[in-house]
Formats: sequence, C-alpha cells, structure tokens
Amino acid sequence: MAEVSTSIVAPARNYVDIATLWVRAAWAYPGSFLMMAFGSLLITALDFVGIWAMFASIDSLGGFGLREIALLYGATGVGIGLADTMIGSVERIGVYVRTGRLDQMLTRPVPLMVQVCADQFTLRRLGRITQAGIVFGWAATYVDWTPSRIVVAVVMVASSTVIFFAMFTGFSCIQFWTTDASEFANAFTYGGNTLTQYPLSIFPREIMVGLTFVVPIAFVNWYPCLYLLGREDPFGLPQWLQFCSPVAAVASLAGALLIWRTGVRHYTSTGS
Amino acid sequence: MLHVAVATRAFRRYSTYTAATLAGIFTNSVFGIIYSYAYLALWAENPTAGGYDASDAVTYVWLGQALLMTVALWGGGTTDDLAERIRTGDVAIDLYRPVGLLGWYLAGDLGRATYHLLTRGLAPTLIGVLLFHIQLPDGPVAACAFLVSLPLAVTVSFALRFLVASTAFWLLDASGPRVLSGALAMFFSGMVLPLVLFPGWLGTLAQALPWSAMVQVPNDIWLGKYPGTEVLQALGFQLAWALALLGCCALTLRTATRKVVLQGG
Repeated sequence: MAEVSTSIVAPARNYVDIATLWVRAAWAYPGSFLMMAFGSLLITALDFVGIWAMFASIDSLGGFGLREIALLYGATGVGIGLADTMIGSVERIGVYVRTGRLDQMLTRPVPLMVQVCADQFTLRRLGRITQAGIVFGWAATYVDWTPSRIVVAVVMVASSTVIFFAMFTGFSCIQFWTTDASEFANAFTYGGNTLTQYPLSIFPREIMVGLTFVVPIAFVNWYPCLYLLGREDPFGLPQWLQFCSPVAAVASLAGALLIWRTGVRHYTSTGS
Repeated sequence: MLHVAVATRAFRRYSTYTAATLAGIFTNSVFGIIYSYAYLALWAENPTAGGYDASDAVTYVWLGQALLMTVALWGGGTTDDLAERIRTGDVAIDLYRPVGLLGWYLAGDLGRATYHLLTRGLAPTLIGVLLFHIQLPDGPVAACAFLVSLPLAVTVSFALRFLVASTAFWLLDASGPRVLSGALAMFFSGMVLPLVLFPGWLGTLAQALPWSAMVQVPNDIWLGKYPGTEVLQALGFQLAWALALLGCCALTLRTATRKVVLQGG
C-alpha cells in the first residue's frame, strides 16, 4: 500500500514542481502571457460565433437546436482544454527526439511521462477552458437537471479530459518513428474536438460506429449529452452506451499508455 | 532574378519534410470531411443559405482546406523566421544586404506558398473530388482568375504576417500578436464559416476586410460567383489590399530601422 501511494504521490509532486516552475517562467513576460491567454480564448470564442452565425440561416442542425449544440460544444471544449493543459509538450515529442533532449530526460530520476507532460506547462489554455465553460454554463440552463444527470455531467467532463489526454499522448507517439509528423495527431485531437462540436447525427452511420468502437470520440460528449438532454439516440443505439464514457476513457488511456511504452522502448538515441 | 532564386530555395527548403507534408494532408482531409458533413446538414435545412447550394458549400470546404497552408492562415512561413531574427538581432544582417528586406521575405514566402499549393493544396482538392465530387472551376475564365488570385491572396496574408512579425522590433516576442492575428485570420477569412453566411453588418464588415481576400474571394472566383467583369473587381479588391498593406509594411520597417536599437552586439 505504501509503495502504491509513493508511486503516485511522488510523480504527482514532481509534476506540480516542474509545472510551477514553468508558470513562473511564463509570468516573466506578463504582457506576452496575457496576450496568449486572450488569443486562446479568442480562437475558440470565434469558433462558437461561427456556430452561432450558422443559426442565422437555420433553426436546427441535424435535429438539434443552438442550445443543445452549445452543450455539446461546451463539454468537448472544457475536456480538450483541460487535457491540453495537462499534456504540456507531448505534442512536440518529436522535437525532443530530434534535439536529443529526450536523452537528458531519460537520465533523470523522474518518470519520463511526467517530465514531458510538465515541460513547458502553461496556463494560457485557461482562456479556452473559461470560454468553453461559459458556453457550457449557458447551455446548462436548458437542461432539466436531476441528481443522476448531474452525476453523468461530472463524469462526462472527467472522461472527456481523459479521452483527449489519451488521444494527445497516443497519437503523438508516431513521432518516435517519424519525428516531423506531429500534425498527424491533430486530426484526432483538434479534429475530434471540431467533430464533437456538432451533433453526430449529421454523420453517416459508418463514421458514427467508428467513433464509438474504434476511436471512442463519441463518448467525449455525444452519448452523455443525449442522456442530459433526454433524447433518443438518432442511430437507435442502446441507451446503456450513454453511461459508458468512463469505460471508454479507461480503455483509451490504457491503449495510449501501451503505445507510449512501445514508443519509448523503440526509441534509440539520435546519438548526438 | 535574385528574388526568383530566393523563392526556389524556399520551395526546396519546405520540400525537405515529406512526413510532415503527408501528415498535414491527412489532417486537412479529416477536417475537410468533418466540415463537409456539417455543411451538408446545414444546406439540407436551408438549401439556399448565403446564395450557395450544397455542392458549392462542400466545394468551399475543400478549397478552404487547400488554402489553409498555402496562404498560411495560422501564421508561419518566412515571417516566422523574420520574427525570430528580430528577437535574436540577426535581422541586422538582413538589413545590410544589398536588396530590400521586404522583397526578400516576400519572395521566400511565395516560394513556400508554391510548395504548399502543390502538395497541401492539390492533394486535399483531389481527395475532395474523389470523396465529395466537388465542383471544378466554373469555366476557363474562372480557372485563370483563380490562379491569378492565389498569389494576391498569399501577398495579402504575407503583408499582415509581416506587420505582426514587425511588432517584435518593439515587443521582442511576437508570439502574442501572432496568436491574436491567427485567430482573426481564421474567422474573417471565411475559414470558420463562409462569410456569405455572416448575418447583417457582420457580413458586410467581414467581406470588406483584407482577410476576405485570403479565402472567401478566391473560393468565390472558383465557384463562378463573379459573373463577367465582376471577376476583375474581385481581383482588384485583392490587389488594392495587397498594395495598401505592403505600403504599411514598408512604412513600419522604415520607422523600426530608424528608431529601434537592435539586439545583439
């Protein structure tokens, strides 16, 4: 028991220590920091203005109204925002391989995953989280809340954070093999975020099945939000899927960690 | 001739990273598919939204993906090198070259844009044709006008990015302005949503701003939304913004080199 707790507590403390260092470093240029935080808020806010502007020409998209889409939008936005804050530099792992920094990291007595995630930790994504949170809060007034729905909502945010964390980590590992293919992961991370801003009813059934059973992006917000909104699944899939987000989260995290392990094992230094 | 040489070198420099290009094409295509279905759903609700039909809308999506890197909407290109060289002070070397700094970097960026057009522009367009049967240019006039509008779009984008990079003369770190300008470019170019769908005054404003010259105008030329001589007006709009912004760049550069003390010894 003591061993288990130290294997979690010590890395967590390391993570916090390194992250604090980076936060203080970023604050050395407060102007730049604030502009970046505002920029990250602006990017996602304008994304939502785009969705809002769509509704100048239509009343519903794929059978869902603006408030319902705002709920989907807010949920996925908070999820990817939290995950993106936690993963730090995983996206740029290829750069570490290329410059040989990974070698340095491997010699330090802190788990590699912790070092990479805490490296370049930045709070500027708070901009995105705040913006998505506001949209989510606005849409939440539309939901008919019950105790079970509150539980599903909380679990949804936690699960979507974990799923996006897994996507960032797992798909970034391709850079262990081809160091400059960092954009490949974007298709799943930011692509997954964009995709889940829309009701999945606009996609063909095959894509839907793929997003449920192959890359479990649909569990980020779609299934739990169907429950929150009390809506029938437009594809006629069973209702129990609406409670399966934590299962999808654990499965994708396990998959991502496995790929990470394989990637690190495969890694041979550039020799520089 | 010198500028052609600069452009070819930039082209070759970017062509080194094959895996990055392939990964980028894959990502562009994934986004193309997502937006295609979103727009198909939108135009299923309102088949004449913004004066487009569903086929126009899907074509717009894939052209947008093709232009994303070509006009460097998010930033990037030679202006990123410039911002970094201003920060380190290396720009001093650029300034005493016997050739204008603005033209040097513009030539480099056009070389980069040509590479991105032939790879990350052409490939998503072909995938769009295969998967969603997008429209080809609306006749030979539209095709020629589209080809003319591309360098103009890149120049407008370059000039805006150059102005952003120039902030480094005063701020040292241009990454804050870069993020802000990227956000504005994505929105006002018509990348997030075609500007024809923007309601009321927002639409009028967006169509008059320089960013519309980067995606919306070339796409409308391809789709044949400018009948007869209106094509010339559209190209004139791009040209006017390109010249006006390059003028601003030249002015900024002059102010910066006169007033600012560069970093480095």
